[in-house]
Amino acid sequence: MMLPTLHLPALPKPLLRLTAALPAWPLTPPTSRAFAFAANLAAWPSLRELDWSHVHGRHFCVQVSDIGLQLFFTLHADGFRSERRSRADVTFTASSADFARLALRLEDPDTLFFNRKLLIEGDTDLGLTVKNMLDAVELETAAARMPAGLGHLVLALRRLALKD
Amino acid sequence: MPNPPLLELICPAGSLPALKAAVDNGADGVYLGLKDNTNARNFSGLNFDEKSLVEGIRYAQGKRRKVLMALNTYPQPATLPRWHKAVDTAATLGVDAIILADPGLMAYARKTHPQLRLHLSVQGSATSYEAVNFYRERFGIQRAVLPRVLSLAQVENVIENTDTEIELFGFGGLCVMVEGRCLLSSYACGDSPNTFGACSPGHAVRWEQTPKGMETRLNGVLIDRYADNEKAGYPTLCKGRFEVQGETYYALEEPTSLNSMDMLPEMARLGIAAIKIEGRQRSPAYVAQVTQVWRAAIDAVKKDRTTFKPLPAWQTALAKVSEGSMNTLGAYYRPWK
Repeated sequence: MMLPTLHLPALPKPLLRLTAALPAWPLTPPTSRAFAFAANLAAWPSLRELDWSHVHGRHFCVQVSDIGLQLFFTLHADGFRSERRSRADVTFTASSADFARLALRLEDPDTLFFNRKLLIEGDTDLGLTVKNMLDAVELETAAARMPAGLGHLVLALRRLALKD
Repeated sequence: MPNPPLLELICPAGSLPALKAAVDNGADGVYLGLKDNTNARNFSGLNFDEKSLVEGIRYAQGKRRKVLMALNTYPQPATLPRWHKAVDTAATLGVDAIILADPGLMAYARKTHPQLRLHLSVQGSATSYEAVNFYRERFGIQRAVLPRVLSLAQVENVIENTDTEIELFGFGGLCVMVEGRCLLSSYACGDSPNTFGACSPGHAVRWEQTPKGMETRLNGVLIDRYADNEKAGYPTLCKGRFEVQGETYYALEEPTSLNSMDMLPEMARLGIAAIKIEGRQRSPAYVAQVTQVWRAAIDAVKKDRTTFKPLPAWQTALAKVSEGSMNTLGAYYRPWK
């Protein structure tokens, strides 16, 4: 199948150079690219030690329901890669606040599921595998490996939320 | 001789962070399993490999808490060495006890590691003092976890007639009332929880949001459909809604969670050795929340069981993390018994 190309005559030259450096730009939603970039920066340093070989190349979608955001990505030996097309073996759907609470280890996914705030569609086993593997990573270790400042921020946010 | 244990709080650990959450929030002991079908929470990505087990034991025992290892599935002839190796690993690494259901495995453990403390798993389904005493006499079982099918009056009858410590489930998901003997998941998925190690394994489960509601399928069979505002339960056959004679309802069991906190004073009076919290498949956040609440409740009941009353805040916190729309005392409270 021929992929359509995007004509961008009106963009200034520096931006054109930037888009040229992003070969998947025409079809990869920028949000997926931004997510993969951020995930590689913040999470991959603590996730890379785990054995992800059985999920390599599987297609994930994270759907943030309240802001209508869909993130498509795969996981490989070198980290997260954004996906060109909207396809997923497993899709996680929740609100931005609930995803944030999950990421900060403030909420249990089963609790959110029982309360209908989290939906896992598609390959359930793949979804559970990823959930369980993420659970096995210690937040403090992950935070210590995040870029300077970000790890402190994550732990501070968690402490703040626990005080409420 | 040290005092017999009373109301030890035993919490679930499906991962190292969950174990630390349990210990940090006041569990007296944790129970855990290996990453294979030697235990009944054999879900992908869950549980401990040897490295995390060593670290978990070091962390828990360093704070004088116990580590109990569940080896509570039934080995089959072809794969028996895996179960034997798991028992050996538990003994070598120094867990405080192993939780077994299979008599053959008990015999192996007793013979090979006579110093290793043995607990009878709920999967062993011993509901009478005769059964508990049988396991004690033959295999030296030192504690039995009773199935969640007995009333407290029946539990008392067991306790009065055995020297074995008794552990009861205090909180968490409830099974249909044939614990350790249930074949429903096996019927639907082809994998028996007692050998495969998981009820409704992930590979057989599909959830889908449809215009009619969220549908749950088990091995392709529609077992429930939830309206948008309805609380959901685990995708098990026993908690599905089925059409029976023109009416669609929970024909086997309603998705409910056990919460026996109201019965704590009675459990203290009976001398229950330990209270078990269900949920090795749950995340560290659940373990932290539930352990914290139960630690406070057990401390309160030990201080004065005559005035004990669960705080509304505890019950709210527990209701929030519960499966289904209600909490129940399960079989413990049966006034007609």
